[in-house]
Amino acid sequence: MDIYLLEAIINGILLGGVLALLALGLNLIFGVVDVVWICYADIVMCGMYAIYFLYAQYGVPLPLACAIAISGLAGLGVLVHVLIIAPVLRSPPLNQLLATGGLLFFLQSFATLLFGTDFRNIGVRLPVLEVATMYLSFARLIAFAISLVGAVALYFFLKRTYLGTAIRAIAQDREIVGLMGIDDRRIYLAVSAIGGALAGLAACLLALQYDVHPFIGNTFGPVIFMICVLGGLGNMIGGFIASFVISQIIAIGGYYGSTELSYVFAFTFFIVLMLIRPRGLFAP
Amino acid sequence: MLALSSVSAAYGSFQALFSVSLEIKRGEAVGVIGPNGAGKTTLMRVISGLIAAHEGTMTLEGRAITGLPAHQVVEQGIAHVPENRRLFPALSVEENLRIGAFIPSARARFSERLDWVYQLFPRLKERRAQLAGTMSGGEQQMCAIARALMSKPKVLLMDEPSAGLAPLVVAQVFELVRKIRAEGLTVLIVEQNVQQVLEVVDRAYLLEVGAIRLAGSAAELKQNSVIREAYMGL
Amino acid sequence: MSGSRLVAAIVLLAVLSAIPAILPPYFLHLVIQILIWSFIYTAWALMGRFGFVSFGHGAFLGVGAYVPALLWNFYGLTPWLGIPLSIIAAVLLAAVVGYPCFRRRVVGHYFALVTLALSQVVLLSLVAARDVTGGSLGFTQKAVGHSWYALQFPEKGYFYAIAVLLWLAGLAIWRWIDRGIGREALEAISEDEDAAASIGIDVMRAKMRVTIISAGLTALGGAIYGQYVMYLNPETVAGIAVSLQIVFAAIAGGVYSLLGPSVGALLTLSLTEGLRVWFGTNFIGAANTIYGILLVLCIIFMPQGIVGALQRVTLPRRAPAKANATETPQSVTRRPSSAAQ
Repeated sequence: MDIYLLEAIINGILLGGVLALLALGLNLIFGVVDVVWICYADIVMCGMYAIYFLYAQYGVPLPLACAIAISGLAGLGVLVHVLIIAPVLRSPPLNQLLATGGLLFFLQSFATLLFGTDFRNIGVRLPVLEVATMYLSFARLIAFAISLVGAVALYFFLKRTYLGTAIRAIAQDREIVGLMGIDDRRIYLAVSAIGGALAGLAACLLALQYDVHPFIGNTFGPVIFMICVLGGLGNMIGGFIASFVISQIIAIGGYYGSTELSYVFAFTFFIVLMLIRPRGLFAP
Repeated sequence: MLALSSVSAAYGSFQALFSVSLEIKRGEAVGVIGPNGAGKTTLMRVISGLIAAHEGTMTLEGRAITGLPAHQVVEQGIAHVPENRRLFPALSVEENLRIGAFIPSARARFSERLDWVYQLFPRLKERRAQLAGTMSGGEQQMCAIARALMSKPKVLLMDEPSAGLAPLVVAQVFELVRKIRAEGLTVLIVEQNVQQVLEVVDRAYLLEVGAIRLAGSAAELKQNSVIREAYMGL
Repeated sequence: MSGSRLVAAIVLLAVLSAIPAILPPYFLHLVIQILIWSFIYTAWALMGRFGFVSFGHGAFLGVGAYVPALLWNFYGLTPWLGIPLSIIAAVLLAAVVGYPCFRRRVVGHYFALVTLALSQVVLLSLVAARDVTGGSLGFTQKAVGHSWYALQFPEKGYFYAIAVLLWLAGLAIWRWIDRGIGREALEAISEDEDAAASIGIDVMRAKMRVTIISAGLTALGGAIYGQYVMYLNPETVAGIAVSLQIVFAAIAGGVYSLLGPSVGALLTLSLTEGLRVWFGTNFIGAANTIYGILLVLCIIFMPQGIVGALQRVTLPRRAPAKANATETPQSVTRRPSSAAQ
């Protein structure tokens, strides 16, 4: 096999890890709160700026900067829920999409206002590994590994704790959880915080690989929705697998064509697949 | 123990309950019977806080529970086995039971409660790892009751526990109700299966078009001509 | 009644024809933009009002804008042919994606996200084909000065007239669908597809028809916009950003009334323009920041849109007098019940 193709495939797998993390967060929120956060990738953008300023500007140690970013975004997730989602919880889905879409617009413009449109890099230079004449980015390897750890941690949280079990329960029967002594509003807050924290973790990993600018969310946002829909909205395992399918299409498409073309392939694949299996890849 | 006085409730503009009063004493089992659409399920939902009463008061052991949201009513000691069981189908039996013990007081004594419930329903112990949605109707009803018992309630509300089950299974479900009574629980049970329910309760109310039409001991009601004709087909 | 409507129409025409003579060029430019976008938003609302929320109109707009421009630059083909071709292309695109979507019952969130992917496909294809389209640097039509053949008019008055005609045509089509049997069918479908099918409504036909009309008109709007501004950028005529812009403005104005989308265009464009002038170039993003906040507030507090909210406030008092003049209040007052579900 062509060594460059292999390199592209491996890079695709590595990219899939971070996408999977974001897809988990978005799916978690959708499955529980039943609202699609169109602005999810822009929340990640906020986290990337936080890390950039904390680490590159104010010299906060990187791990601490990441911890602050993760908890900050958890707080932002709660804020988004309280200020924007809660008021439209009983509105038609369209209005919910638009409310978070308006937030997307706000976040991108506000970031432009505060930071300008410059591309900023946190300036951490991680080595590039050479394995059998293939070049693999160390930053991507780390991102992949940490994404997997995050996904596994989330799995155990959902599987082993009362709160996690309640989160899965509410996604199955929204109305009845009150009878179990579960306050759905508190679960929504918890899920929004977890979704925010996952976005924060993704922000840490992406900041190592990409420059941050106000519109970076546009690069990832549509891809993440696509992944979630392919896997079946709310289906976390489906989304996890779909992340790797899509990241492979992007990686191999990029190998044969340009970056944009690879995304065109991915979106076209998505549209075609949706028309064949409208409820996602893994729907029964 | 549990008392409702002049409770009225509505779904939007449709009034489903008109000034309903009833009382259940400690250790008693009370039935509410009546035709489809009489407001039986509404009554249960009002007690457990899923629907707000717009008039009247409800008390549990003398303390007002009127207007409490559902998740706080559970903490007061009322557990509700909903109509159609409403298990979490993609959670295992044991996870369903864990959800039943979500309130802090129950969570603290989870393993103790779990042992007790498994002892009461050994079948569930065998099925503990199975997804709840894959069990038979009777087993699901058993699981739904067990889930409600996990919160260590003072009063158990059961909404149509026999609905949609095969006759043989219905008999088993009423056997379960007897078992629970024997544990000393106070039970309020809503049923369309009048003949069977009157065998397991002490007293019953007849609910028609959202209002109480008749009340009496199970023995009396079994002899009542209205009930015999309209609800027992005798 | 018809007498007063005639008077109103004459007054409107008089005002419209006086505008280019009175307004300074900058404002005329703004008015032309508002009219063209009003047309596009109205085209979106044809679908949107029935609950078919498309985030794919950026795709149709992009096709509409780029096809005539590319044909002109590379083959010298007149836009008089290029524009119909672009409309055909957009209609084909809409049909190719719409038909299976409707057949496979892709609705709600899923429909919104599939169409969102469609607009990304067009955006990224335009960027990827940078050898031809100039990619994200944009594309400028070959200018030939005043020419009917090239549909290029440096004099703004011409485009003003075109924009007015376009806008009026859009309103007429909206009215035509609103009055036609199609509306009843589409409303039934948006409430409950199975029920609609069971009373003999051809669900596919009704949905496809409105989708094709909406996509074709959007492409036409994109083409005229391209001819007018003479510069195309994938980000401004295709992709998510412009799709969201279309959806927002139409919703903000109100999709259930004739003039709602136009009001949306008027408000959003004057607002962004006003904020831009107000803040100047020192605060890039300030205008859009405020715009974003207003959007969110609008969705939360005025889900019926501005025109809808105004009508709800003013209707009770004026209802008897107005009932005959326009049928839009009906659709607005009917809406809340179905929107609440």
